[in-house]
Amino acid sequence: MALLEVNNLQKSFGKTEVLKGISFSIDKGEVVSIIGSSGSGKTTLLRCLNFLETADGGTIVVDDKTIFDAEVHKKLSDSQKRQNRLHFGLVFQSFNLFPQYNALKNVMLAPTLLDTASKEEIREQAIALLERVGLGDKLESYPCELSGGQQQRVAIARALAMKPEILCFDEPTSALDPSLTGEVLRVIRGLKDDGRTMIVVTHEMEFAKSVSDKVIFMADGVIEEMGTPEEVFENSKSEKVKAFLSDTKF
Amino acid sequence: MYSFEEVNLLLLEGFEVTLRLFGLTLLFALPLGLILSFGSMSKFKPLAYLTKTFIWIIRGTPLMLQILIVFYGPGIVFDEPLFTDRFLAALVTFVINYAAYFSEIYRGGIEGVPRGQYEAGQVLGLKKSQIFFRITLMQVVKRIIPPMSNEIITLVKDTSLVRVISVIEIIKVAEKMSTKGLIWPLFYTAVFYLAFCGILTLLFGFIEKKLDYYKN
Repeated sequence: MALLEVNNLQKSFGKTEVLKGISFSIDKGEVVSIIGSSGSGKTTLLRCLNFLETADGGTIVVDDKTIFDAEVHKKLSDSQKRQNRLHFGLVFQSFNLFPQYNALKNVMLAPTLLDTASKEEIREQAIALLERVGLGDKLESYPCELSGGQQQRVAIARALAMKPEILCFDEPTSALDPSLTGEVLRVIRGLKDDGRTMIVVTHEMEFAKSVSDKVIFMADGVIEEMGTPEEVFENSKSEKVKAFLSDTKF
Repeated sequence: MYSFEEVNLLLLEGFEVTLRLFGLTLLFALPLGLILSFGSMSKFKPLAYLTKTFIWIIRGTPLMLQILIVFYGPGIVFDEPLFTDRFLAALVTFVINYAAYFSEIYRGGIEGVPRGQYEAGQVLGLKKSQIFFRITLMQVVKRIIPPMSNEIITLVKDTSLVRVISVIEIIKVAEKMSTKGLIWPLFYTAVFYLAFCGILTLLFGFIEKKLDYYKN
């Protein structure tokens, strides 16, 4: 049974249709890469899953529970919406760490404010998460003292602290020096080995090819092609996919 | 004539009025400015336009003129003065005037916090109030300290304007002495202003340094 089912998700900004009915499903433990050129709707899709944008139509079902239904979403209370969005975590392109807190406090802030466990448990869990992303020696460092790659790894730990069932990445390495992308991608790879369910919007084709169980190619607000990395990267029948892949020349 | 000690004592009494006007203006204008800034950022357009027009009028006219209008205006229009207490009239004018300036500084500070900070708080499931108080507020404070310290130091010296409605602050005290032939105290008042602004400068420098452990 699928962990996530997205059904006919639609979103327009003014007269521009950005998502024209997106449907797909993900099994538990799967890693899905979303690729496609800029403006194809990848990021908007991710933002709709995380409720940063409210889709105009469609449903999102996690673990057989409808967490988003465009018909009724506006009627939900704020606390219900907050509860529902916690099925997802999001790692941003530009990290968006809280500059006034050190790495440890960045990870601890949301669990502490939302009172998910005892202070001591939250702290231990935060330290474990930062160790998991290889930053056990940077607990006290402020974001401005960390490199881009380190900041992004703190951001991953921060997202994991709320124990999302599905972790989303919005071009997690696009704001990084090429020399720093490796450490972030290694962490994502490691999370896959832990059995995390993840959706990664990325321009790193080599990474998408090697880490994904499923690749979604988006173009003009629709899913142009969806399949295993081999199906999309090696044997695509779509002209758009072929053109895109030859342009990116990886 | 007055001895040096007597001059100091009299000027100090005048400076006490200056400081009281300064302190009370800050006490009321700092929160009122925040309310005005929320008004000018309101999604309810009529309120935003109304607030912005108000801020335009306050910032677009001289403070001295505003003091005169608040104190004498009601008496001229309604034949009935609104304020009998000159200090109170001055204080009300200062609070309104400085709240308008502060509100623009707050607005700049709040709008300067990147959208991503709110979004990061949202996806972590935080409430709007938690995002404001635990994430953005500190960043706003750090952003507005330099312009606020500028504005607050200007306020110290603007208090001298209230002598147009004969509130007896330090310069008015010195002026009275000069009409009796003792000129130097008028220039000597500068020492009081300099000392107080010096203290404020050190204080703001200290706060800025305190917040220097991170970069926005």
